[in-house]
Amino acid sequence: MSRVLVGVKRVIDYAVKIRVKPDNSGVVTDGVKHSMNPFCEIAVEEAVRLKEKKFISEVVAVSCGPAQATETIRTALAMGCDRGIHVEVSGKDYESLGPLQVSKIFAALAKKEEASLVILGKQAIDDDCNQTGQMTAALLDWPQGTFASEVEITGDKVKVVREIDGGLETIKINMPAVLTADLRLNTPRYATLPNIMKAKKKKIANVKPADLGVDIVSRACRGTEWDTVGSLYEQWRSRSEHGALVF
Amino acid sequence: MAAVGTLSKVSRLTSCINRSRWLIFNRRQIQGMSSCIDPSHGLSMEQKDFQKMAFDFAANEMAPNMAEWDEKEIFPVETMRKAAQLGFGGIYVQPEVGGSGLSRLDTSIIFEALSTGCVSTTAYISIHNMCNWMIDTYGTTEQRERFCPELCTMNKFASYCLTEPGSGSDAASLITTAKLEGDHYVLNGSKAFISGGGDTDVYVVMCRTGGKGAKGISCVVVEKDTPGLSFGKKEKKVGWNSQPTRAVIFEDCLVPVSNRMGQEGQGFNIAMNGLNGGRINIASCSLGAAHACVHLARDHLLVRKQFGETLSNNQFLQFKLAEMATKLVASRLLVREAAMALQEGRSNAVSLCSMAKLFVTDECFNICNQALQMHGGYGYLKDYAVQQFVRDIRVHQILEGTNEVMRMLIARSLLSE
Repeated sequence: MSRVLVGVKRVIDYAVKIRVKPDNSGVVTDGVKHSMNPFCEIAVEEAVRLKEKKFISEVVAVSCGPAQATETIRTALAMGCDRGIHVEVSGKDYESLGPLQVSKIFAALAKKEEASLVILGKQAIDDDCNQTGQMTAALLDWPQGTFASEVEITGDKVKVVREIDGGLETIKINMPAVLTADLRLNTPRYATLPNIMKAKKKKIANVKPADLGVDIVSRACRGTEWDTVGSLYEQWRSRSEHGALVF
Repeated sequence: MAAVGTLSKVSRLTSCINRSRWLIFNRRQIQGMSSCIDPSHGLSMEQKDFQKMAFDFAANEMAPNMAEWDEKEIFPVETMRKAAQLGFGGIYVQPEVGGSGLSRLDTSIIFEALSTGCVSTTAYISIHNMCNWMIDTYGTTEQRERFCPELCTMNKFASYCLTEPGSGSDAASLITTAKLEGDHYVLNGSKAFISGGGDTDVYVVMCRTGGKGAKGISCVVVEKDTPGLSFGKKEKKVGWNSQPTRAVIFEDCLVPVSNRMGQEGQGFNIAMNGLNGGRINIASCSLGAAHACVHLARDHLLVRKQFGETLSNNQFLQFKLAEMATKLVASRLLVREAAMALQEGRSNAVSLCSMAKLFVTDECFNICNQALQMHGGYGYLKDYAVQQFVRDIRVHQILEGTNEVMRMLIARSLLSE
């Protein structure tokens, strides 16, 4: 039957007071309480509910990050996922890991695991990017149902009610597809004591991005600074072909 | 509270109430954000998972209702059943009868976390767990299968009946009799101060089947609606208001012999063994309250200004807060050590449980009381949670064996060597 991949991200707990590092290079993460991204919790809950309703047969929790990411995967296992995949990315690579690389990883895994659905949280509360789900769908050339507040599967189609600026939009997309969970999709369950204990026995596979054929070198590059708008405009004008702005 | 300066009383009170509501509803702050008193230090990964789940449950399901349950004296059956679905109905009861099969240390960690949401409800859950464990441990297979599964799901609730109007600390002098007549015991007598009494379904009753003293006491399980079982009026208490407390009265109450747990004469032993764990649980509840109060006090000190600066700049208050934090951590270590001693069956387990109950309930009450003092006049208002913690844990120094009786047990252990 069908398999669902759920992405879970380990982020700084929402209740923690964020502090900037003294060298202004980022935010203090050492020794700070981390937990699963709240939208990822909603994604896991939806996947587990789909399994309980027998639409899918297996839920695989995936997290990209250093060794501690396995804690987040275990939380997902305690909520009802069947097994986990830890894509190991640490140190400097992890600091520069962004939605583009993560979506490449998810796309590769989705193909490898023959998933029929990839469910992600709509965004992470640390970077608020709101890009990974959309990029993953684009890389796979799969339909996407983002900002989902209702998901219904009939056969090989998914009806998604999306929360958009104008209100609610209902779309019907074919599987395989990528869904991203919004706040009102469901209320995540508490892990039960027995499930927390069972989670210890579930398998978490360890892979590296290279094993999936994914290059995680960051595409972000440092820009150049100009003193005035005038000099910036001169640069643009000299580089463009017909005096039009070319980026 | 009379001197409120130039601001009108109404707007001042409103802004304070709003701030207190914010503090009360933002209970996630209480989840050990201060690293030196973080209760997850030294725990295994699995224990941290249990703890986090219990803290989340406390913050989301209990804390927002704690004040209402206290004021309206509501026994929160639905919330407790939700807790039972997570495995909190029989935490240290064997899995084959529906329990979670966890250790005493795991249990302590869980009750400590739940208590930050509501002490009174958590304390009742711990009493329920104690009764469930007693049946699981001392009952026959038939009794375990009859009672434990429904207690684990909290489909049925339990009460522990030892104390009588005439025998509290001197528990072995109880006079509720159980005369054997055919295949029934006839119970006559009354129990006092029974937590859950009147609203629960399963009563674990210590009664006299034999001669005087501890050796004449047996333990029977009496079910609700048994003819001859009735209840006194609901007591009006200072705290623990989310659980009803009533006298339990037996008038020629017929209880089948098949409801007796263990042998005749074993009842006192069963009761005391139940209480060892119960004492760790009650101490754990005190810990949770103290933990919550240290955070409430700390947050208040950072916000409240007098003499041109926040109270957190006042050295006396800084030192007081440090002392509170130190006693909290010391208390936590003692409770956890006692829990481990009990689960490992060490020879000093009983004394350690008594020491833990004595020390922790006293110290944690002082911590909560001090936290109330730091709130100034606002600490005395029911809009602020700190007063409820103080009222709720005051009784922990009295029940499950008064702290005076704890001293007796410890002294006896020392002097009999």
